[in-house]
Amino acid sequence: MSIKIEVKDLIKIYGSEPRKALSLLRQGYSREEILEMTGQMVGLGGISFEVSEGEIFVLIGLSGSGKSTALRCINGLIRLTSGSVVVDGHHIEDMSDKELRRFRGENMAMVFQHFAVLPNRTVLDNVAFGLEIKSIPLEERYRRATEALRMVKLETWRDRYPDELSGGMKQRVGLARALVMNTSILLMDEPFSALDALIRTDMEDELLNLQQEIRKTIIFVTHDLDEALHLGDRIAVMRDGRIEQIGTAEEILSNPANEYVSKFLRKVDVSKVLTAGDVARRPEEILRLTEGPRSAKLKMDTVGVDYLFVTDRSQKLKGIVTMDDILQLIAQGSRSITDAIKEVNTIDKMATLQDVYPLLANVRGVVAVLDEKGRFLGMLTRADVISRLAERGSNATATA
Amino acid sequence: MQPLLPKIPLGDAIEWLVDWLRINVAPLFDAIRWVLGGVSDILTNIIQFFPPLVLIALLGLLIWLISTRRQAILAVLGLLLIYDLNLWRPFTNTFVLIIVAVLLSLIIAIPAGIWMTRSRWAEGTIKPILDFMQTMPAMIYLIPAVFFFGIGMVPGIIATIIFAIPPPVRLTYLGITQVEKEFKEMALAFGASGRQVLTKIELPLSLPSLMAGVNQCIMLAMSMVVIAGMIGAPGLGTNVYRALGRIDIASGVEAGLAVVIFAMILDSASRALGSREQSMAVRLVSRWQRRRRERAAKSVELPVAAEENS
Ligand SMILES: Nc1ncnc2c1ncn2[C@@H]1O[C@H](COP(=O)(O)OP(=O)(O)O)[C@@H](O)[C@H]1O
Ligand SMILES: [Mg+2]
Repeated sequence: MSIKIEVKDLIKIYGSEPRKALSLLRQGYSREEILEMTGQMVGLGGISFEVSEGEIFVLIGLSGSGKSTALRCINGLIRLTSGSVVVDGHHIEDMSDKELRRFRGENMAMVFQHFAVLPNRTVLDNVAFGLEIKSIPLEERYRRATEALRMVKLETWRDRYPDELSGGMKQRVGLARALVMNTSILLMDEPFSALDALIRTDMEDELLNLQQEIRKTIIFVTHDLDEALHLGDRIAVMRDGRIEQIGTAEEILSNPANEYVSKFLRKVDVSKVLTAGDVARRPEEILRLTEGPRSAKLKMDTVGVDYLFVTDRSQKLKGIVTMDDILQLIAQGSRSITDAIKEVNTIDKMATLQDVYPLLANVRGVVAVLDEKGRFLGMLTRADVISRLAERGSNATATA
Repeated sequence: MQPLLPKIPLGDAIEWLVDWLRINVAPLFDAIRWVLGGVSDILTNIIQFFPPLVLIALLGLLIWLISTRRQAILAVLGLLLIYDLNLWRPFTNTFVLIIVAVLLSLIIAIPAGIWMTRSRWAEGTIKPILDFMQTMPAMIYLIPAVFFFGIGMVPGIIATIIFAIPPPVRLTYLGITQVEKEFKEMALAFGASGRQVLTKIELPLSLPSLMAGVNQCIMLAMSMVVIAGMIGAPGLGTNVYRALGRIDIASGVEAGLAVVIFAMILDSASRALGSREQSMAVRLVSRWQRRRRERAAKSVELPVAAEENS
């Protein structure tokens, strides 16, 4: 996939005298020290990342970590102090104000935390705002705006005023206003933070659905880890104007770069994030359908377990056999294990651990994890799940 | 008795300054006098060209358009009373003075208010000037007005402008600074220029505040009417002032009543302009806009419906 946005050594210093602060920053002074010495605020202390086309790239961090600044340096609402931002091969930092305005209008649309839906305009005229700025003829403006409203399922509200809308609906207006611009890049600054948790999750799902269709390059800012893990193809964890770690949700969860990141992660409810596939464990021995009872007993004895999963030649799961049943087959002199195979609970590898809990309530507390073709990937026991949750999500599970 | 300290010759200094200005900046004052005098003469002639009853009907219609029918009827009754009291001529003079003074005030005040939001320097300079202007008693404004423009309509207009200008400046500034930052940022993010931010975001969103400024400006201008009469600006104020001098209660009360009626009409009309629900003009415009939008939207419906069927 091609690189859409490239941010390199991006530094932003707020204040009238960035020069001195910049040189102190390069000498390795911290944000606090620089603030104290020069009175200049380091918004971004040098961050680099690349965003691929069609990717959802999440910037996450506590309030004040520089997320909004980073986003605004990308569309030039804030002029960077040093470094470079390249969008589609164009250097943002080299553009004049006028060029930037044009470029922004054609390439990047933005969605705002508090919606920024104008109270004096109807829903339709709000959505058409960006087109109005570009002096698109009225008819086309409304045609496109109506289409965008349909994408966010708000077309019946188009003649209403924002004060009749709920928060979630207002943000859909904000989203439609961005979509209607037909830009390849979408910048979203904590778009769902002002919404109730329940609506937020809905909006996230809707965004993901929409993204299947529109395939935009999205930079999504949030301070909510669940949201980041849910949405992000890749995630950058920010702190005090720097990036601590970049990676996929799985990479960051399973391998936090430092103490700060792992501390940050402790806030997540891991059960909602990790999938069965992430945690599944391959048993040391698996029984083939063609093998006999004696071979089954041998395998169980060597590994020290009292059950085995049975698969056929194409790795499809057939079920489970237990030691008791196998011993009975041997006593009967049977050659085949087919009669001893019992059903076992199965789950798709994409299911979250949350979905696994109820299935673990069977006698042995074991679940088989299958891939999308029904092949056996591995197993999960109650102990596996609990230990995995205890590993990181201690806070979350304690309260859950 | 000898005073403790010698008197500082402040008055002398100012007199000297005024004289200096009068001599050296005379062409400017002449130009202003010529333009303002000309404009108000023309306006007065136009207004007096209409028979009073016709003008009353027209004003009633105008108020009906921007406000409610009730207000229009009240205004017509009030104007008829003024006509009946034989005060029509001074009324037209006052009318012109108010129109010219208020329009000029707004033409200066609104850009000044906008400028204050754009420039630290303007903000720092204009604010203390406004404070100073607002602490001065209204009479004081007559002094420079008379010195530079003599007596008559023009100094009346000037004094009225100086008196009425601070509120619209302040309220423009206040209205714009109270527009949420996110709205402006949104407009910029969608490629708006500074001017588009002003016309599409800041001014529309600060409209209530702007209109409050217009209302205050009109009301302050009205309150200057009598004082302007003292320096020979023709109008109802002159009648009041003259009646005061002669202790003529009857005509004093009549002229005063006319001033009050006119003030009430202006107040309700300018309020109506500011409020969205009341104004007929707003309703007309929004209906027209809706039509336009519906027509535009109709052209949208067809292809989309086809798409949904397929
Ligand atoms: N206009 C500004 N002037 C000075 N400091 C600012 C300005 N904007 C943001 N900052 C500072 O820069 C830091 C990063 O801010 P921001 O990017 O808004 O963080 P976030 O969006 O992650 O909360 C904060 O400490 C903030 O106080
Ligand atoms: Mg922010």
